[in-house]
Amino acid sequence: MANDQRPDQQVPQKPAPHPGRRLDEPTGVHTVGHEWDGIEELDNPMPRWWLWTLYATIIWAVAYVIAYPAWPLLEKGTEGVLGWSSRGQLAEEMAAETSRRSPILEAIAMTPLERLPENSELMAQAVAGGAAAFRVHCVQCHGANAAGFEGFPNLTDDEWLWGGDLRAIEFTLAKGVRHPGNDETRQSLMPAYGASGILDRGQIDQVTAHVLSLTGRGPANAAGAELYANNCAVCHGADGGGLRQFGTPSLNDAVWLYGDSPAAIRQQIYQPRHGVMPAWEDRLDQATIRMLAAYVHSLGGGEDFVEVAADPAVQVDEQP
Amino acid sequence: MSNPEPKIHHSPLGDYEARRAVHPKRIDGPFRRFKWLIMLVTLAIYYGTPWIRWDRGPYAPDQAVLVDVANRRFFMFDIEIWPHEFYFVAGLLIMAGVGLFLVTSAVGRAWCGYSCPQTVWTDLFQHVDRFFDGDRNARMRLDAAPWTWGKVARRLSKWSIYLVIAFWTGGAWIMYFADAPTLVRDFWAGEAAMVAYVAVAVLTATTFVLGGFMREQVCIYMCPWPRIQSALMDEHSLQVTYKDWRGEQRGSVKKAEKNPEAYGDCIDCNLCVAVCPTGWDIRKGPDISCITCGLCIDACDRTMESVGRPRGLIDYITLDDAKAEAAGAAPQPAYRALLRPRTIAYFLVWAALGAGLLFLLGTRTHTDITAAPDRNPAFTVMRDGSVRNNYTVKLRNMENRPRDMRVSLSGIEGAKMWTDTMNAERAARELEFAVPADATQSLRIYVVSPAGTASQDFAFNLLALDEQGESDTAETRFETPNGGS
Repeated sequence: MANDQRPDQQVPQKPAPHPGRRLDEPTGVHTVGHEWDGIEELDNPMPRWWLWTLYATIIWAVAYVIAYPAWPLLEKGTEGVLGWSSRGQLAEEMAAETSRRSPILEAIAMTPLERLPENSELMAQAVAGGAAAFRVHCVQCHGANAAGFEGFPNLTDDEWLWGGDLRAIEFTLAKGVRHPGNDETRQSLMPAYGASGILDRGQIDQVTAHVLSLTGRGPANAAGAELYANNCAVCHGADGGGLRQFGTPSLNDAVWLYGDSPAAIRQQIYQPRHGVMPAWEDRLDQATIRMLAAYVHSLGGGEDFVEVAADPAVQVDEQP
Repeated sequence: MSNPEPKIHHSPLGDYEARRAVHPKRIDGPFRRFKWLIMLVTLAIYYGTPWIRWDRGPYAPDQAVLVDVANRRFFMFDIEIWPHEFYFVAGLLIMAGVGLFLVTSAVGRAWCGYSCPQTVWTDLFQHVDRFFDGDRNARMRLDAAPWTWGKVARRLSKWSIYLVIAFWTGGAWIMYFADAPTLVRDFWAGEAAMVAYVAVAVLTATTFVLGGFMREQVCIYMCPWPRIQSALMDEHSLQVTYKDWRGEQRGSVKKAEKNPEAYGDCIDCNLCVAVCPTGWDIRKGPDISCITCGLCIDACDRTMESVGRPRGLIDYITLDDAKAEAAGAAPQPAYRALLRPRTIAYFLVWAALGAGLLFLLGTRTHTDITAAPDRNPAFTVMRDGSVRNNYTVKLRNMENRPRDMRVSLSGIEGAKMWTDTMNAERAARELEFAVPADATQSLRIYVVSPAGTASQDFAFNLLALDEQGESDTAETRFETPNGGS
């Protein structure tokens, strides 16, 4: 019924402040004064709890501004009476994380490196920690993928100038390669056969041809073989297999630190380049160096891996 | 009976209206009894489910329904859902959504009237009110009475029962997320996780406030669902309707006896308003306040019976049928509203989703292998010219027992593989692994292939070495510097 009295909607209204606030006859309520394509909104009162909720949020906001850093000022922002800061929280969390890790780092430092694989959990921690340290200290030269660049060794393959077991890798990391000032650093120095006049250009070409023949690229030549035997074999081995005690690269395999083209080989005989790696024991603690060794060893070329007795991996079939 | 004058609070921000307390009167009838049943069933499910035990063997929890967030498992009787199978849960939620569409388009706000938690708990708290303070009139008198010690004592005892119910409700919630008996002991021993105490505190507070005090205001002001529902209902949806063409002009029995022509069936007893849990007067027509619980139907039918007039002055009816009836057509049975293209379409979508999920559930295996090749470096040339690729391979054992599994290479002639926990000397085309119960084992697998191998696709095959022999294949790629297909 249109003229039905609706007692609960006889809301006492303040007088309309401007003519736009039309009184809606059927409901007895004023509109808010706006109109969109004929649609108007009634100005019904909001529930009072809603108002108190609004006041509560305002109080909360004021309290928050007092308690926490809030207003940016010229030098620095307001600090808040609780003294909380995101940097402070970060420092706290970092300290907690460090203390959480310290038993693991201690265990890694205490365990003889070659026995680390026996504790597969600790080994996994070491590899993960090594991966993190690698990204900070090693990627600049060896690359994010550890595959190196020309002149910077690839650590994912199975060619190791100074040995590829855990101990050898740790030693190389700790002492560095040709690192000035470290007495135990890995040291090797190939003479500059061309630049210092030991061999002439023709002889260098002959030696280059012989080195190429070691990997089946080109015929053997007697002159080159003789020059190689007299000058190179003492370090690189008669068959070009290299000698790890001298850090000499093998010349009869597929991995070439400075390139495998005839020009690259010729250049390396004429005037060898000698890479340098820092002795990391000067900068990193023993646990970090061990973790790095474990990580580098785990990249796929690591040698002499000692399997744990309860290794989940069981070999089924040697010959496919 | 008249509604009290609204209390208007004038603030600088505008006018705000104080809540007018709703004191629904006790009523009995088919809809009330249906509400009792729904309340009983839903509350029993909510409070009781976590305590059902379910034997799953030594490697899995024995709680029938468990959301194991820490271990990322969802258990529901014989079904165990892993995170990668979360689409089952998503599918259930979509089904629930479509189910709500179906119910709403057919029977309107049935969800609001019977099974919404806000409705169920409000109903429960209103029974507590009735138990402590008596029925409607007694409660209204008590409300208006001054604050004597007696009233304070009554209020405190009532609110403490509210609090017990609220705490029980909040407490039951966390039982779904951990082993219930253990959690109860830990909870009282102060050894449960902080999140458990926070969850109980928050849910106790919300139940106490929303169920004990805000009640119908949640439905009217806070809940988005009534707004969405108005888009889902149409003129064929059932809703609680006062048949004004039959009821008007309202008047008492006496008046009607004197002047039968001028008065309709409604005797203006106001019982429909008195029983309404949201305080709405259904005779004003449909409104967001009406949750269609049907209690006014119970009330009106009782009145009609007592004055000897036909029942159904207030009834579930569709808008179309209401128009037809007002124009003089015969009343139609309500079930006709259930069967029409729209509800059938919703039902088919809902059923297809359900059937699809059941099919997926029935055909899923509990064994899974995935392989992700290292992209950087894509390959490594070894000293002898052979090429190595590295893979992160995951073996998934979704059975609640440890299983041995065999991984083998298919494709890449002459290739072998080993792992980071093996000596490379033992590389082979097949390797066996012991995968723990209900776990994913991550492996670092190195595959090496003879010099000159072309880049090619290949696969890791997985075979579970048990009587079922479930298998799976992960296709991936082997990269070399030699080019290839």
